[in-house]
Amino acid sequence: MTPPRPPLFLARQSYRRRRMMDAARLWPLVGAFLFFLPILWHTAETPQPDTVWGGLYLFTAWTLLIAGALVLSRILSHSDTREQPGQMSEDEAPGPG
Amino acid sequence: MVPFKILVAVCLAYVCMLFMVAFAAERRAQRGQIGWLRSPLVYTLSLSIYCTAWTFYGAVGYAARSGLEFVTIYLGPTLVLVGWWWVLRKLVRIGRSQHVTSIADLISARYGKSNVLGVIVTLMSVVAATPYIALQLQSVTLSFGVFASGAPEGWATPDQGATTLWLAGGLTLFTILFGTRNLDANERHHGVVMAIALEAVVKLVALLAVGIFTVWSVAGGFVDVLARIDASPIADWPLAPGRWIGLTFVSAAAVLTLPRMFQVMVVENSDERHLATASWAFPLYLMLMSLFVIPIAVVGLQALPEGANPDLFVLTLPLTQGQGKLAMLAFLGGFSSATSMVIVAAIALATMVSNHVVTPLWLSLRRGGTRAPGDVRGLVLMSRRLSIAGILALGYGYYRLSGGGAALAAIGLISFVGAAQILPCLLGGIFWRGGTGTGAALGLGTGFLVWLYTLYLPSFGTGGLLSETLMTAGPWGIGWLRPQALLGIDTLDPLLHAIFWSLVLNTAGYVLGSLATFPGPVERMQGVAFVNVFDHDPVARGWSRGGAEAEDLLAMSQGILGAEEAQQFFQREAEAQGKAGFLPETTPDFIERLERRLGGAVGAATAHAMIAQFAVGAVVSAQDLMAVASEAQQILEYSTQLEAKSDELARTARQLTEANDKLTELSVQKDAFLSQISHELRTPMTSIRAFSEILMDRDLASDMQQKYAGIIHDETIRLTRLLDDLLDLSVLENRKMKLNIKVANLHDLIDRAVRSASNIRPERDFAIRRDVSSEHMPVVTDTDRLVQVFINLVSNARKYCDAPRAEMTIHARQRKGGIIVDFIDNGSGIAGKAQTVVFEKFTRLTDTARAGGAGLGLAICREIMANLGGTIAYLPGQGGAAFRVTLPIRPGGRSDNADG
Repeated sequence: MTPPRPPLFLARQSYRRRRMMDAARLWPLVGAFLFFLPILWHTAETPQPDTVWGGLYLFTAWTLLIAGALVLSRILSHSDTREQPGQMSEDEAPGPG
Repeated sequence: MVPFKILVAVCLAYVCMLFMVAFAAERRAQRGQIGWLRSPLVYTLSLSIYCTAWTFYGAVGYAARSGLEFVTIYLGPTLVLVGWWWVLRKLVRIGRSQHVTSIADLISARYGKSNVLGVIVTLMSVVAATPYIALQLQSVTLSFGVFASGAPEGWATPDQGATTLWLAGGLTLFTILFGTRNLDANERHHGVVMAIALEAVVKLVALLAVGIFTVWSVAGGFVDVLARIDASPIADWPLAPGRWIGLTFVSAAAVLTLPRMFQVMVVENSDERHLATASWAFPLYLMLMSLFVIPIAVVGLQALPEGANPDLFVLTLPLTQGQGKLAMLAFLGGFSSATSMVIVAAIALATMVSNHVVTPLWLSLRRGGTRAPGDVRGLVLMSRRLSIAGILALGYGYYRLSGGGAALAAIGLISFVGAAQILPCLLGGIFWRGGTGTGAALGLGTGFLVWLYTLYLPSFGTGGLLSETLMTAGPWGIGWLRPQALLGIDTLDPLLHAIFWSLVLNTAGYVLGSLATFPGPVERMQGVAFVNVFDHDPVARGWSRGGAEAEDLLAMSQGILGAEEAQQFFQREAEAQGKAGFLPETTPDFIERLERRLGGAVGAATAHAMIAQFAVGAVVSAQDLMAVASEAQQILEYSTQLEAKSDELARTARQLTEANDKLTELSVQKDAFLSQISHELRTPMTSIRAFSEILMDRDLASDMQQKYAGIIHDETIRLTRLLDDLLDLSVLENRKMKLNIKVANLHDLIDRAVRSASNIRPERDFAIRRDVSSEHMPVVTDTDRLVQVFINLVSNARKYCDAPRAEMTIHARQRKGGIIVDFIDNGSGIAGKAQTVVFEKFTRLTDTARAGGAGLGLAICREIMANLGGTIAYLPGQGGAAFRVTLPIRPGGRSDNADG
């Protein structure tokens, strides 16, 4: 008994959804990049004070990350409910008859 | 300045309010009005127990000491939440599908439901949580102290130690009242979640209020604050890459592995979609909590005298500015942060202790008696209560031992690193099928010991638990074993050193252990169930076949889930299998579901062990089979055979029990029947006797004689009919009826019945509605008997239908497996309670329009239908009395449940 092969190419909507999942997976990596970027500034070695700029940068990056997560979660949960309307948890699965 | 008494009163009032909120939420949930109790907003707010007193007070202290570095503690969780699609989504799905009760339960369930791992994780979590709880106690004690020190009348306050003790006691009581009121099947605490959501709002509002006050009232606005930061001691940002990455990583790990975070994030999660909202809303919450930390720290450093504890700036800054109310709000915010953390952490840890340590221990001590363990609920609740007290006592002990002088953030980080030790086997468990229990135990053990040695024990201070010489020269003078410079590497700071070594050795132990060992069968099945949780069909099952009796399982489950809950579950399962009553077939699927359900109350390992007692042969042979046979097909075949055999045995045993019950019941029924029948016979006999005595009187008028003789005649006819019916019934009941099978058209049979019945109350206007075209179908049966049933139903309707314009609908159709004929009248029907007895002998529901029946008609109908291989049943909810006759297409084959 071999399971049916999943299709190789998807319809436009499913394709978009897959790419949004990819984006959701990549987004924390973008976050890590933004948060770890200040390491390259070598702030400890520069003479001028950089807490102010560093702080402003971090909070801006943070806001950006949150905004992106908001958009992604909206798209993903929206398509999620549309795609699997009949999905049930095992507790409420109906019995035969 | 706020007097101490008022402070205490405010605290108590606040706690009372929390309790009321929790109580109200609990009540709503009990009435089934979950609604907004379980909204994404409440879920997100409940996650905020991540922000404890450490955040509320400690973050500012941290910022005042090392600038922007404090923010790493919030960047880590942000990354985890933003990356929910990777890990959290999977964790939550696994948590829901496996009914996981705690992080220890998750690890134990993943690695073959091994309780050893459950114990290890529990132990680690409890030890790692002690500094954290101590931190909360310390911060609240300090905040009380702030109000104390400035009081003019010198304050009749107890000393600090006593304050902490009172606090620990109060929190214990509070947590017990909150968290162990009931043993929820899924371990969800609606009340607690609601209360901590409220506390989340309080602490956010308080911190934002202090922040806004600081920036726009103490300082001269945003630009001024930036200028002040530039002029402050923390103007420069000495970013150390190692610490920056290391702390972000540890906080990211901790948000996944801290027992309390796991509790709110996975166990209390009621809907996976809430995670999508939390993925941005919780980072937003964290950002708002961090927003004013640097400004408060900088302004505090400038406005407060040298040497003021920066951990308390949130409180002291408004106080020195004469803002008593704001300080009170800040105090409540800090109090909220501490209490919510302690409550949830204690509940989570107590669940772990009771599920993985106390209950298994108790079960193993009660040898022999474990099959019907009685009320385990009481034991579980009591052990949870004691565990809560124990955990707070440990926290208090740590606080006393460590002296309560350390910076809050430093204490918190010790806990974080301890909790992070679970990360390798957690991630390995959900992404790597090759991870084994041995590997997990090895990794956890190594990481835990290294953490203890390099961070936890040194945290009690030099000369505390580790001697000074050991710290500087290493144990037995071995330099490369120094706690803070393993292998002689002393370039890392102690915290980073501990993170690095503990996690590296932990991961190495886990991976090497997993590569070198071979997992057991249960472990491999669980591995698939965890790693491939998003695939729809779970391929593997823990129980290859059921060897257990449903009744024993029910008895045991009642002890754990509570009688009502367990019966409901069993009934639902039986119904799903198409069986009536409370005892489903013990199919592997059913046992699997039962185990998960029990796991929801006492943890996977315990549930597995309890079920294994009933199906012990099954498990052992499943393991043997898997070891011997490499081909899955072979196993499947053999186990199917065994399954069939053991099913058969179980069925036979159950049938015997049922038969025995039935015999007993029959004997009772027989007695009742005899007394009924004597009564029925006696009534006409009495009147015959009375009237015949009157007849003996010679000088009775002849018309009277005629009348009384008529009555006697009627009564004898009634007696004869009764006796006929009884004889008929006894023949039918013994299944001795000779069937006179003929082929006929159903339409003709109904015609016959309607015609024959028309002489019952002929004066009555009684309409019969039929769909004639649908009635034409052949029936192969004893037609006379079938017509008898139909006549009975129609004449019953004629007799008893109480509608002013009585009307009956006859509806026939053929379905898979049988012919269905419905007789529905438009009267008031039969009341729900009477529906169950309507087919019993001598049942008469009303005395109105009584036509001399003995109450045997429907009983006879039922027996006839049984003899014909069909059924007759009352059909509720049709607007009147309605009966459904079901007949097999061919005689001989019984059609069970054809009316379902």
